[in-house]
Amino acid sequence: MSQDLATLLIKGLADTLYMIGASSAISFLFGLPLGVILSVTAPGGILMNRTLYSSLSLLVNVGRSVPFIILMVAIIPFTRLIAGTSIGTNAAIVPLSVSAIPFVGRVVETALREIDDGIIEAALAMGASPFEIIRKVLLPEALPSIISGLTLTVISLIGYSAMAGAIGGGGLGDIAIRYGYQRFMPDVMLATVIVLVLMVQLFQFAGDRLSGITRHDKKS
Amino acid sequence: MIRLDCVSKIFKVSEPGSASKKDFHALRDVSLEIENGSIYGIIGRSGAGKSTLIRCVNLLERPTAGRVFINGVEMTSLKEAKLRAARRKIGMIFQSFNLLANRTAFGNIAFPLELERWTRQDIADRVHEIAALVGITDKLDQYPSQLSGGQKQRIGIARALANRPDLLLSDEATSALDPQTTKSVLTLLKDINDKLGLTVILITHEMDVIKEICDSVAVLDSGEIVEEGPVLKIFTAPIKSVTKELLAHVLRTRLPDSLAGLEFTRERGNRQADVLLRLSFFGNVAAQPIISDIVRKFDVDVNILAAQLDHVRTTPYGTIVVQLSGGDREEAIEYLLDLNLKAEVMGYVARSGDITY
Repeated sequence: MSQDLATLLIKGLADTLYMIGASSAISFLFGLPLGVILSVTAPGGILMNRTLYSSLSLLVNVGRSVPFIILMVAIIPFTRLIAGTSIGTNAAIVPLSVSAIPFVGRVVETALREIDDGIIEAALAMGASPFEIIRKVLLPEALPSIISGLTLTVISLIGYSAMAGAIGGGGLGDIAIRYGYQRFMPDVMLATVIVLVLMVQLFQFAGDRLSGITRHDKKS
Repeated sequence: MIRLDCVSKIFKVSEPGSASKKDFHALRDVSLEIENGSIYGIIGRSGAGKSTLIRCVNLLERPTAGRVFINGVEMTSLKEAKLRAARRKIGMIFQSFNLLANRTAFGNIAFPLELERWTRQDIADRVHEIAALVGITDKLDQYPSQLSGGQKQRIGIARALANRPDLLLSDEATSALDPQTTKSVLTLLKDINDKLGLTVILITHEMDVIKEICDSVAVLDSGEIVEEGPVLKIFTAPIKSVTKELLAHVLRTRLPDSLAGLEFTRERGNRQADVLLRLSFFGNVAAQPIISDIVRKFDVDVNILAAQLDHVRTTPYGTIVVQLSGGDREEAIEYLLDLNLKAEVMGYVARSGDITY
């Protein structure tokens, strides 16, 4: 049994890591530009645009207010269109990404907003274009905060991916529900929880380290 | 030459408790001409519009009306791309330094050169050259958070000068620094002005800064230039009360604190009253023995209550407050007024010998 359990857990872990890895990558890819656009078009931003900001902001708020479990079910047709199926690990990546994109957007927007206006003004005074300001000022200056925010995203994706297991998404959450809950196997339940806890610890530690290395605005 | 032609700036400000917005005139019809190679100071109390004015020069604030010319180019008519190119030839330094926290000193100084797409080697050469000029060669690897205010401002200056600008704008650059560091940063600015022939426009609320390095000064009050001219002229013959107030601290023309309790009247009470007189002198008048002159000629007793000697750039100036009693005070005052110095009757003290301090 313990041999089986190990095999089961390793398979589950691999599935979970795959889901999280893929959905993190996709949500960063879309969330980062979304956050940048939100930040620069916001009132007082370097490319202030009230209409664009309000519409994007509304979209993000809608995306963030739908509970994940409902979102997952609600976008099944979209999931089918993208992944070709609505069941399995690949299918789970779609709702995970969709739910994380607005979150990443807000995280990036907040990180960019923390940058002192004076620094942006100095860059403008030096003749930097909006694009140069984004690339050379906003993103590098906000990098430590962005890394912290992305760590937060990855960790909440771990939680969501367990939920995705409930609709046959695979991974550790799936194992915990099918074996631990439905077949009354508390040892499996415990083992998955321990693996999840360790994963969160590891990601948080790595994220904090990375954020710390890139941060230079505090006296050392 | 830098020329501001009837520049006005109106901000829309929302009134508390009301949805409507009100016009706030930050600048009203400001016209200025600044010679190339000079250090031009703009002084005013907080809220006078200094920051808005200096930001109108490189169009960080776009004037609501009026035009700005820099060496014949009308800045106010430039489109975005041209304006950015023009800004690259205008350096700017700030009260809060505004350095990039995640770049080293080197990276900060390199920033404007990266915008100009210099090669890596050219950037390194120029950064070292300019760092040597401002005296921070040994700090290039450090991040701003590891440096003192004075060092940060030197990096700010190096960054502003890196791309060989024609004009340097200084926005209260020394206001966050202690007096000693202020002095060294001002000396650096003066040096740079001498060595590179760079035009400097600076705004400040401290007359000391003007006194130290400026050639000309404009006094800004409620968005208007109320007085303007060579620093020495403004110091010797201020006209507006705002100017006098700003000068009071640096010229110490107020009575010293030790005499603050002194009771004197503006009206002359009786013929025996002593006269409190303030004498200000500039330049070579300081060399004349005026006190012994009036003692001898008019038989007055002179009691010096306060005195101060200082310099505006290289010109000496002094202020003394004296109490005249006995003799022919009226004649003595007439005599002093005829000399090339400023004599001002501050008031009268009822009886002789009343002054204790």
